Amino acid sequence: MKHAEEYRKTDLVRPLVERLLAEITVLNRPVRIMEVCGTHTMAIFQSGLKSLLPKEVELVSGPGCPVCVTAGSHMDYFIEIARTGEIEDGGRRRKVRLAIFGDLFRVPGNTSSLAAASAAGALVSIVYSPMDALKLAIAHPDEIVIFAGVGFETTSPTIAATLLAAERGKIDNFLIAPCQKTMLKPLDALFADPELRLDALLCPGHVCTIIGVNVWQPLAEKFHLASVVAGFEAADLLEALLMIIAQLQKGEAKVENAYPRAVHKDGNPRAQAMVAEVFEPCDTLWRGLGILPGSGLAIREKYRRFDAGRLFPFDPVAGDEKSPKGCRCGEVLRGRISPQDCPLFGRACTPLQPIGPCMVSSEGVCAAHYKYGENNV
Amino acid sequence: MCLALPMKVTAVQGDPDDILSNQVATVDADGVSREVRLDIIDQWPKVGDYLIIHAGFAIHALEEEEAMKNLELLREMAEQGGGWVQ
Ligand code: SF4
Repeated sequence: MKHAEEYRKTDLVRPLVERLLAEITVLNRPVRIMEVCGTHTMAIFQSGLKSLLPKEVELVSGPGCPVCVTAGSHMDYFIEIARTGEIEDGGRRRKVRLAIFGDLFRVPGNTSSLAAASAAGALVSIVYSPMDALKLAIAHPDEIVIFAGVGFETTSPTIAATLLAAERGKIDNFLIAPCQKTMLKPLDALFADPELRLDALLCPGHVCTIIGVNVWQPLAEKFHLASVVAGFEAADLLEALLMIIAQLQKGEAKVENAYPRAVHKDGNPRAQAMVAEVFEPCDTLWRGLGILPGSGLAIREKYRRFDAGRLFPFDPVAGDEKSPKGCRCGEVLRGRISPQDCPLFGRACTPLQPIGPCMVSSEGVCAAHYKYGENNV
Repeated sequence: MCLALPMKVTAVQGDPDDILSNQVATVDADGVSREVRLDIIDQWPKVGDYLIIHAGFAIHALEEEEAMKNLELLREMAEQGGGWVQ
């Protein structure tokens, strides 16, 4: 992984940090920047950047951890599927197995979690890829395998491609429970909050690999945010921060790309086409943000036979946005408070005994703060 | 879910124009080889390219040359010191 290491070398990172310090001095005011993506949150800590940044640079975490924003009622839906046991479909009785990404396993629903349901006998398999869920279905013709679709723009094409592969292979025991979300609508809702007082945006590198750079223009204009697409190594993030500061010095609010090796201005049209073929926008419920029109994805009528909703009816906007009792994930996800402001942080709520999704998920803001030392309560 | 670290392609199978072919690349990650799907990749990769991978699928192929160009720019930026703002 030669070239990734290049982006971490101190002889590159150190002068960039020094540049940043100098530019901040020129700007002569504090800046608030939101990093939208959960992987950015982790990368900022992991690379050690958090402690190197000048105090004038305040990074606020956004709602970009897909597991964290999955509503309790959506988790309940997955749990209901996993607890089914057997079901009759197409004249055959088969066992139902739920396949999920590992991060979802311990996330609390409104009443239980998949971990608890699985301990009580529910059929749950952790997979790394939706394709692995399809392989499970092929290997177990006596079961119906249902994949829990959770994720953003980077994940939805992988799910669409898997559904299309199931169609080509004429697989009749593979379904998808689509709870994926898109990113621009919630940000639009979030930025309307005057208390956020944001100056700039670190746009999520790999979401942009799919959706491109230009789509950020309306948000940048509407909320006057210096918006820069960033990669995930220390040097990438510093480059993006320098571009942001340069914009702020000139009073600009435009969209720039600091990750051109992975992101083209129009994104990945092939992946976009596959998503559009399989899914259509729908209203959906977010943990912490409520119902956001058009921010979810439903399976098109054409592919209804792969929709878990035909066996297990699903209403994506049912339920409420509540977090577990005492948990303030909702405010954390809106950038209103930092994890340390939650009275449970590091006391009742730790990665070993998490209470809310932001501590469960490896990309969660609370987990990142806990793991990387900012857990002194 | 997203592996921010690009992985190097050691073999490519399948035909980019035939979705029924087995579109798979073998990548090497610290000596461990694994297979990733190429169904949604924007540009068909060749051996030696790097792939950005998400949930078992390659989402972007990155040429070594492209990555090096990016690095050069960063180095320039680092060397520029305080003279950045005009
Ligand atoms: S520390 Fe735990 S309880 Fe508090 S907001 Fe984070 S996840 Fe919720």
